[in-house]
Parts: sequence; C-alpha cells; structure tokens
Amino acid sequence: MTSKNIESRAPASQRRQVVPAPAADDAIGASVSVTIDGAEAKVPFGTTILEAARMMNVKIPTLCNHDDLCIAGVCRVCVVEIEGQRTLQASCAYPVTQPIKVNTHTRKVRQARRHILDLMLAHHYGECYACWRNGNCELQSLANEYGVDGFRFGKMEKPRYAIDQSSYSVVRDMNKCILCRRCVRTCIDLQEVGVLEAVNRGQETKIACFMDKPLADVVCINCGQCINRCPTSALAASDPTDEIWAAIDDPKKHVVIQTAPSPRAAIGECFNCPPGTPLTFQMNTALRHCGFDKVFDTNFTADLTIIEEGSELLLRLHKALVEKDKAAALPQFTSCSPGWVKYLEHFYPEMIPHLSSAKSPQQMFGAVIKTYYAKLNNIDPADIVSVALMPCSAKKFECNRPEMCDSGFKDVDYGLTTREMAAMIKEAGVDLPNMPKSDFDEPFGTATGSGIIFGATGGVMESALRTVIELVCGIKVEKLFDHADIVPVRGFDGIRYVELPIKDVGPVSPILENHFKDWNWLKGATLKVAVAHGTANAKRVIENIKAGGKFSECHFIEFMACPGGCLGGGGQPIPTSPEIRAARAKAIYAEDAAYQVRKSYENPAVAHLYENFLTDGPCGHRSHKLLHTCYTARGKYIL
Amino acid sequence: MSALKGPILFGDFTPEAGLARALAMERAEVISEVRSSGLKGRGGAGFLTGMKWNIAAAAKGEKKFVVCNADEGEPGTFKDRVLLTSYPDLVFEGMAIAGYAIGASHGIVYLRGEYGYLLPGLEETLNKRRRGRLLGEAVSGKKGFSFDIEIRLGSGAYVCGEETALIESLEGHRGEPRNRPPFPVNTGYLGCPTIVNNVETLALAARVMSEGAEWFKKFGTGKSAGSKLFSVSGDCERPGVYEFPMGITIAQLLKEVGGEGAKAVQVGGASGHCVPAVQFTRALAFEDIPTGGSVIVFGQGRDMLGAAKNFMEFFAEESCGQCTPCRYGTKVLLDGIEKLENGSCSMAYLKELLALGETMQLASKCGLGQSAPNAFISIAANFKDEVLGRERRSEGRGE
Ligand SMILES: Cc1cc2nc3c(=O)[nH]c(=O)nc-3n(C[C@H](O)[C@H](O)[C@H](O)COP(=O)(O)O)c2cc1C
Ligand code: SF4
Repeated sequence: MTSKNIESRAPASQRRQVVPAPAADDAIGASVSVTIDGAEAKVPFGTTILEAARMMNVKIPTLCNHDDLCIAGVCRVCVVEIEGQRTLQASCAYPVTQPIKVNTHTRKVRQARRHILDLMLAHHYGECYACWRNGNCELQSLANEYGVDGFRFGKMEKPRYAIDQSSYSVVRDMNKCILCRRCVRTCIDLQEVGVLEAVNRGQETKIACFMDKPLADVVCINCGQCINRCPTSALAASDPTDEIWAAIDDPKKHVVIQTAPSPRAAIGECFNCPPGTPLTFQMNTALRHCGFDKVFDTNFTADLTIIEEGSELLLRLHKALVEKDKAAALPQFTSCSPGWVKYLEHFYPEMIPHLSSAKSPQQMFGAVIKTYYAKLNNIDPADIVSVALMPCSAKKFECNRPEMCDSGFKDVDYGLTTREMAAMIKEAGVDLPNMPKSDFDEPFGTATGSGIIFGATGGVMESALRTVIELVCGIKVEKLFDHADIVPVRGFDGIRYVELPIKDVGPVSPILENHFKDWNWLKGATLKVAVAHGTANAKRVIENIKAGGKFSECHFIEFMACPGGCLGGGGQPIPTSPEIRAARAKAIYAEDAAYQVRKSYENPAVAHLYENFLTDGPCGHRSHKLLHTCYTARGKYIL
Repeated sequence: MSALKGPILFGDFTPEAGLARALAMERAEVISEVRSSGLKGRGGAGFLTGMKWNIAAAAKGEKKFVVCNADEGEPGTFKDRVLLTSYPDLVFEGMAIAGYAIGASHGIVYLRGEYGYLLPGLEETLNKRRRGRLLGEAVSGKKGFSFDIEIRLGSGAYVCGEETALIESLEGHRGEPRNRPPFPVNTGYLGCPTIVNNVETLALAARVMSEGAEWFKKFGTGKSAGSKLFSVSGDCERPGVYEFPMGITIAQLLKEVGGEGAKAVQVGGASGHCVPAVQFTRALAFEDIPTGGSVIVFGQGRDMLGAAKNFMEFFAEESCGQCTPCRYGTKVLLDGIEKLENGSCSMAYLKELLALGETMQLASKCGLGQSAPNAFISIAANFKDEVLGRERRSEGRGE
C-alpha cells in the first residue's frame, strides 16, 4: 500500500515529519516510554501519540487523519495534553521521542474538542436529514460523541458557494467542506494528480481547482478517491438514480443492468455487513426487485476483454519480435480503468500508443447489449436503457465519452456506483443480505473466475496470463501454478514485476487461426509483465519506462487508477482503509476459487458470441468496430 | 525619528571584529560563547540562541542553512528595517558567524515583501562583502569555511514570519506552518538542519562575539541579558526605534518617548498583551512581559474595544486558514467584539468567547492562532467596564 512517508509531493506543512533519531540512540528498535491516561507502554522512537494510543486501546477522535494519507495536523480534533507543555498537541502529528505523560480527556482537551466541533458546525451549511451522508458522516458522529447540543457559535443561514456539477463523475459542494484537506492529500499525495488545493486565507479558505476552474476543466481523472476519503458530503459522485428510476417506471423501456465484480464484494458494507461479505446472488434478486428487466454479469465482457486484449498483445509481440517493427509500442498497457486512461491522456499523451485499444468490460458490454442482445431478443435498441453497476466514479465519465457510441446509440446510458445502488435498494425497501439467491440472466450467463478477479489489482494480469499460457504453451496453468492461482501478481504492493519463461509452445487454437499459424516464434522467450495500482505508482512505472529502466522491457503492464484496484474504487462504500480493501480482495479471490471455469477463453458464452456474432474472431473487423476504441491526447493544460 | 543611540547595537564598535574573533576560535567555542552570553531570540519566542545553534551544529546533515528572518510583519514593529537600513553589515556579520558555528555555507535573508525597496542597497552591501572576502570561498582567509548569502523576498503574508511557514515559503509552497517536532534545527529548509534567527538576534550575536559574553551580560537582567530594540508608536511625543537594556519598565520607557499619562500600552504587537496603566511598573523582559519589540501607546482618549477589534481584524485576515481554531476562531471572536460594540453580547456569550480564546491559545497549530486572542483577552480583563459598558446601539442603527 502507498506508504505514508515516501517521496511525498504534498508540502511539508501537510505531512508528518520524520524525526531524526538523536545520534546516540540510533540503534534500531530504540523504544521510548509513553504514559497515556495513566497507563505506560514502550513504543518505537518516533511513534505518534495517536499510534501509541491505538496500540494501547485508547480512543482519540480524529478527523483530518486518514489511514491512507500523510498526516496534516490541521483539524486539531485529536489534541491531547502533554504534562509540562503549555499548549495542547495534535496527537496524530506528535512523535514520541522522549518519555512523556499524555492525558487524553482533561478539561482543556474536552473544551478544545467541543469548541473545534462547534466552530466547524458553525461554518457547515445544510441539514443532516437532507444529506446523502446522513448516518455515515464523520462530522455528524463526532458531534454526537462529543456532546454537541446546539449551535454555540451560530450556523450558516445561506450557502456560500455554488455547487460544482461540471464533472460527469465528481460533484463538489464546498458548503459542506470542513477543510480537513483529505481530498487535497488524496489527490496530490496518494494519486499524484494534484488538481485540488487550498486557496485564500482565514475563513475565506476553500478547496479549489487550478485558477478556481470547474472540475471538468482541469486534469481531474475522475477516480473519485477524494470522495472515498471525504468525511462529510462535500464530495459526491454525480448521481443518476432519478433518471434510472424514471426509466424503470417507463413501461416502454427495457432496463438492463450489468454488475461489475467489485460492488458485490462491498455492497454489504452499506447494509451493516462486515467488509468482504460477498452478496453476488442476493444482489441479483434485489436488482430484479428494484425493477431491472435483466441482470447481467460484467464478467462476461471481462472474459471478452481478455480475449481481445490478449490477442492484441500477441499481435503486438509478433510485430515486435518477428516483424521487428518499432511501432509495436510495447509494453502494452491495459485500458480497462477509465481513471488510468484519462491520467495517461493528460500527463503522458505521448504514451497513448501503448494503451490497448480494447474497450473496458463496461463499454464492451454496452456495445454488445445494444447490438447482439437487442437483435437476439427483437428489442429496438432505442428502447434499451443500459445501466452499469460499477465500483467507480470514472465509469460515469467513460460512458459519456463521445466515441462510446459504436452500437449506433449511447452504448452505456448510466454508470451507477455501489453506494448509489445500495441507496436504490434501500429505497425499494429491500433487505439485501436476506434476499434469496438467484443467478444472472441469459444469454450471457455466469462467467468465469477470471472475470471476477478483475476487481482486484493484478486480476487483469492474472486472467490474461491464464489464457495466454494455455493458448500459447498448450498446457494447463495448474501445471505451473497450484489451482491456477498466479500468486506473484497478487497482493497490494504498489508495483509488482513478474517474469514468465515460455519453455514450450502448443498448437494455435481455432479462435486465433485468423492471425497466427504457429507459436514457434515465442518459444524460449520470457514474458515480462508488471502491475501497478494507484496513479502515483503508475507514474513511477511510466517514468521508469521513459528513462529506459526495467519496465521498458516489459511486454504487458496492468494499470489501475485506484489503490487496490477496482475494489478500492471511487464508487465503493465509505469508509475505506487498507484493511477494508484487503477484506474485499479476499472475498473476490474466494469467489474466483469457487468457479468451475476459471479461464476466459473457456467461457462458453464468449465462444458462442464469436461463433455467431463476431464471426471474424478476436481483433477481427467486427470486434474492432464494436469492442475497440481510440484515445484523446489531452495534455496538462486545458484551455 | 530620534537619532540612534544605545549601548550595544546603536553604539560605537569596530566592524567585523566579531567575525574575526569567531573565526579565530573553534566552532564549539563560538557556540559556547554565545550560549554563556545568555542571548535569547529577539523574534518573539525568546529561545536561547546558543542552544539553537548547538542543536543545529550537532544535527546530522550534509548541508545546513542559516536563515535571517526579516519578515517583520508584526503590527507596530519596524526595528528590523532600521537595522537593515543602518547596520546591514552587522546583520550579515552575524549570519556568517552563525554559519561558521553550525557548519553552514549558505545563508538566506527572508525579506519582507514590503521592504523590497531595500533590496538594491542590501545586494550592494553583499557585493562589497564579497569583494572584501567577507563572503565566498575561505571567508576572511579562513580555510575550509565558505559562506554566502542570498536574499529572498516574501509576498506579504504575516504568517510567513513563523519559521516553519517561512521555510515552506522558501521551498515554493503556500506559506503554512508545519507540524512540530521536528524543529527546523533538525529538519528545516529542504529537509536540512536550519537555524532561523531574527535580524536583531544575529546582529546581537555579532556584538557578543566581538566584545565577549561577560560584557554582554552586563546589560539587561539576569534572565534577559543584553539590550532590546523597541519600535515605539502611537500616542507619544517621540515615536521611533530605541535601544534599551532588557528589563526597562514600561513607565521608564514611556518617559523616554514622551508617552507619560498613557491609558495602556500594547506590548508585542497584535499578538502581544495589553498592559493597563496600573501595571506600568512591570519590566519588559522575558521573565515579566516578553516582547518582540513592538510598543504601541494608547492615550487616554482611546477606545480599547476598538483596539481589540482592530487587532482581531488583522488576525482574521492573516490566519493561514489551515487549522480550525484559528481559521474560524478569529472570525467568531471578531463577530463577538462587534456584538460587544453594539451592546448585543450577553455575559454568558462573552464568557464563551473568552473560553474560545483559551482554546485557540491551546489548540492552534502555530503561534499565530495561539496568540491571536491575547489582545482581546487582556483588554477584556483589564478594561471590563469599557468592554461591557456599551449602549445598545442596534436601535439607533435602525436594525
Ligand atoms: C505568526 C508569527 C509571525 C512571526 N513573525 C516573525 C517575524 O516577522 N520576524 C521574526 O524574527 N520572527 C517572527 N516570528 C517568530 C519566528 O517563528 C521565530 O521564532 C524567530 O524567527 C526565531 O528567531 P529568534 O530565535 O532569533 O527570535 C513569528 C512567529 C509567528 C508565530
Ligand atoms: S494557527 Fe492560524 S496561522 Fe497558524 S496554522 Fe493554524 S490557521 Fe494557520
């Protein structure tokens, strides 16, 4: 996971400073004694008071602190009293470097906390009952916990700022902002994008984009990581539920929904289930209760993506290794994360040729539904409303890209986040965790385990490798990796690198016969692949490639905009933390293991699609028209 | 303005004697000399200068920096400007001594943006020093000690005088104070050990090195050695910059500047305390009323609540906006003072405001927020009748 103190781009005022150990105490493991509320413990030199308190099970309230982010020390809610010190200290930022005695709830501390909350509430506009974070708001819970019983210093009568709804993905309502700056740190430090910054001074301070422009006019990549870390409702995803309800209520409309793998591993969190509770089949029933006419599994097109993207990779490899064509643009980059795609378009437009031209699973499904599915069922595509349940806010932007109309219609009408789906299910009065189970609808049926692991970082790579190994080497993946679990590409390390020697090759399978006669040219080659998640890590890999480092020799690299991959997406339930994401990943890998068919190319529905619809095969003329796309060089400066 | 006269800075002395003496010593000896002089920082906080240098000297770091804090943003303070105008060589001499002592080869003057007009003169002085080998490679022929000074302009934010915000600003970021510890002496400019000293502190350090610690300690009090520059303004006959020994009482000072009969004195600028006439026997020294040097004299006719409001307006504007108590507290206090002004503040609410003031003093991230309520709290305590005795003016205003 992204570490708290590595080469941070946030200014040092927005960071915890590492305290250099005094020369004499350099010994590793030097520990210091700290007494909190009378109990003593030894902690490693430089541990913050907050960390020490957590180890000792003492609760200190926090607001600007977040487990994924560097430390700011700005909200001051976590102040404590240190014996012998004149002022209170922010426990999140105060390192223990000598024995100290700390008290966490003296009169001064209690008074300060109340005042700080009172001051925030006095400048926070809006009523809790008219807010989508009602019941899931950190300011609200603190106000409750610390006994706020009135508006001591008054309250806002009118909004101060216009709501910024310019973006397809993220809505900013600065009237709700309490200036904890988690979004600022998320954007610059976690994601290294940096569109959000504090401007002005004193009570005029606000979070703004470059030149106070609307979000749609800056280099925002729509990843929504800021939304996931906002303690209030100052940041939200652009919510299409009203339009979707209207479509459901319209008898002329045929409303279908595809559901991505990550939401099912997380939506339970909105219904008080512990993180990592899989609700795939209960959710299918719930969605039908809500009124969706068909419920499809995005994993179907995840498998399709693997076939298309994998074939594209083999074609590029052939071009590079056999035809010696420099324009092959290796390594090939994955293109299923729309946040990552926009990041590349803004920051490294010169690298666009490396992006796989394959559409994301969401968009492939959109194109297939309004063509193949519409024809098969004799439905006018104009009457189909296609909804995509995604863990992602960038998917809302993606479905609105002008090039995403290859079916002749808008391929996907609405991107819906996990949070919005949960709200719809609740509004329909459905008790999700206790719904009976039901399967996905035909003709796309149940997909393979390969599709499901798209939800975790490394999953696309693992799926691609499973298929490529079997198609090229002609052996079962299980021979190389127990249970076909390609463990080296799994995990949460920010950047992972794997080499896979191709010792033997098999015959070319029928679906690739259009492109290849044999695999002999790959015999003895070593396939080099890498995985990066979070755009900060992506940036390191790209810089390494540009500098001619080891990643420039890779053949295929999976990039995900969000830390943890889709399961940590900007549309997932709030809160998020490394532990929560790990629990969701566990659920996803468990679901994969439970599938009979775990390799994309073995998916019978996919094979059927190639036989009956995309008849010239992967990367053929038809698939190119429907399943592939092109990109826009955007650059950093938007005029 | 009065002619500059004083015992240590505004007196007669041999230029560069301090630097010469320092370079003839070991680094550690320089530090212990400054240490035993008892010199404390003149920028406000009064931290022992020798101690600061010692920590920076001991800190590990390939590069170290000496920063001269010439941001001088405190309302009613203008003594650093006088030093930089009349004694720039003394200040640069002090910086070189500090550089030698801590093992730094790079000095930076962070000059208040409004003092930009001083820049050509200061650059000329630096060039002269370079030509005279008082800066550059082997300063004054001392092998192994090279030192140069660069001047950087601030951009007008008061908070940038706070040493960690100053460093942020030097690094090109928004001027906002950092979390401490660690302090700049360990992790400062570009992460390197850095001492930030006030202009006056550095000038005094040069004088300490030329005349010796014992001589310096002859001035001032036991806990506050040496002299202090005072920027005197307000209702007095002879406003200006004065050098007095530390420990001078307010009454004595008022006599010198022709401000006898004052109603109150604001010591330490907007962030300082308001001292009423009954306390004029108190001393201006670290052990009694500490000050960065600003003395604002209030004559009998002055409206003290108006003064409190004036100061609070300053802080509400200058708060960097980073932390909650200061960002909103300054505004709430300002609104409260307006309520007091028009007689619509209840006793209960005044009590709440004073408690909020205490929270700001205790819980703000930096010295700005921690001292913002000082003036209001001391005025409310010392001029209670005046603060509470307002007519309800709201009817008059037709509200
Ligand atoms: C809001 C604020 C403004 C300050 N402004 C100045 C300033 O203008 N000049 C200055 O020398 N110190 C200023 N200080 C104090 C510095 O942070 C620092 O303590 C000082 O430069 C240290 O130098 P000294 O040890 O020589 O006093 C300010 C502190 C605060 C909190
Ligand atoms: S106390 Fe005021 S000036 Fe200092 S960090 Fe907080 S908001 Fe900024």
